[in-house]
Amino acid sequence: MAPAVIAKIRWWLEDRLGLETVKEFLAHKSVPRHSATMWYYFGGITLFLFGIQVTTGILLLLYYRPSPNEAYESVQFIMTQVDFGWLIRSIHSWAANLMILTAFIHMFSVVFLHAYRAPRELTWLTGIVLLGLALGFGFSGYLLPWNTISYFATRVGTDIAAVVPLIGPPLARFLRGGSDISGGTLTRFFGFHVAVLPGITTLVLLLHLALVQKWNISVPPKVEEEYQRKGQEVPRIPFVPDFVLRELMAWYITLAILGVLAALFPWELGQKADPFAPAPAGIRPEWYFLAPFYTLKLIPSHVWFLEGEVLGVICFGLLAAAWACLPFWASRRDGTIRTRLVTGAGVLLVSYLAVFSALGYWR
Amino acid sequence: MESSRRGIVYWLLGGGLIGSLASFLYPVLRYIRPPEVAQAAVSEAEVGAVNQFPVNSGKVVRFGSKPVLLIRLASDDWRAFSATCTHLACIVQYQPERQRIWCACHNGVYDLNGRVISGPPPRPLEPFDVHLRDGEVIVSKRA
Ligand code: FES
Repeated sequence: MAPAVIAKIRWWLEDRLGLETVKEFLAHKSVPRHSATMWYYFGGITLFLFGIQVTTGILLLLYYRPSPNEAYESVQFIMTQVDFGWLIRSIHSWAANLMILTAFIHMFSVVFLHAYRAPRELTWLTGIVLLGLALGFGFSGYLLPWNTISYFATRVGTDIAAVVPLIGPPLARFLRGGSDISGGTLTRFFGFHVAVLPGITTLVLLLHLALVQKWNISVPPKVEEEYQRKGQEVPRIPFVPDFVLRELMAWYITLAILGVLAALFPWELGQKADPFAPAPAGIRPEWYFLAPFYTLKLIPSHVWFLEGEVLGVICFGLLAAAWACLPFWASRRDGTIRTRLVTGAGVLLVSYLAVFSALGYWR
Repeated sequence: MESSRRGIVYWLLGGGLIGSLASFLYPVLRYIRPPEVAQAAVSEAEVGAVNQFPVNSGKVVRFGSKPVLLIRLASDDWRAFSATCTHLACIVQYQPERQRIWCACHNGVYDLNGRVISGPPPRPLEPFDVHLRDGEVIVSKRA
């Protein structure tokens, strides 16, 4: 009887959902395979880590309280009283860091493999927006435990917003929910972190994935040429099951790394924030903000007629805008790509980030 | 005739749509801007007994809702400055061994008159007045 019933249910669902079309579609979807295929997995790994963030984030919500009198204590409660609370929080913190790392790797592999070229400019732009959102998640989530280091990071971060020309002061007020960092800031950041950013991210992420699906995965120009010379097509593998299984493998490895990090190096909580205590010596932001942090340290107080930090913010803004426009300045009139220019710019940016992050960390 | 009538209809529809959108958005924009909270304007604050502050030490004290760095250099030499760094708003501290004011965030250094000696801060720290009354230290706004 059972098989007959199952078949019936299947037909009933098929009639209403048309799953055959999906199956058909998946059966025909394929992705290119070549020497650089490995870099494709980082986009998927970033997606997987985002999934982990959503899951552990929801779990943390069960106990977390967004007010200056209770935030620190509630995180402490999660870490000391709740079964496996330390693990969930540690995973949330570690996965956040890994996610930003893999997003950066994904971005730079797109740059060095020239995958941003037409018709994938919008995929690149949505990716840049997603990276910005990820940094926004990092910045807003950092304050939530309400500890000393996060308190000062937020003071500095929102003050950087305040020096943006023209819109700075109202922007900083909006971010802080007042003129100072206070309980108002905490509730706002909480709202951004658990509602506003996830909502926007989901929409942009869907668009990004739809674009990846529409244009398929790009083949690097070098590989393309190579096969053209040989008069062959670039080999492809079926999406299901070949690519999916490989991606799953990558996710498993990620999960293992994450588990080891979270269990062996539990994320610290630090001291509770005190708005009337000096910033402690050796204070520095999360690693992904170290490069701009060290740069701000180096810029003298006045350059020409500008205050140093204003100059810094303007430069960072211009740099980010130029980077976001990469696909547009990368292509010549005739549609070919300035591969050397892009690779050079990529190497420069990676070296700047690496050197300044290292200096920011050790000096 | 036909097309100009159509044009007018488009204008009316478009204008109405934009008008209604604006009327939704305006209150929202106003709402997300935090209101000015009336803060009792503090002009002076009692920050503690004289003997709580050892010679050659500094402490961040409350001046209303703002942090102020109070430094006692000698038994009768007191200084007070806004503790908010003029660079990016970290809270500064007094370094007794080097007799200077230091900001840990980006290594900003000020002298004992609040002037910038080195590092990124663009402006001096705002000074406050200190006087003693019945064994209590009083910090007040400089007129
Ligand atoms: S905030 Fe004080 S030096 Fe930057």
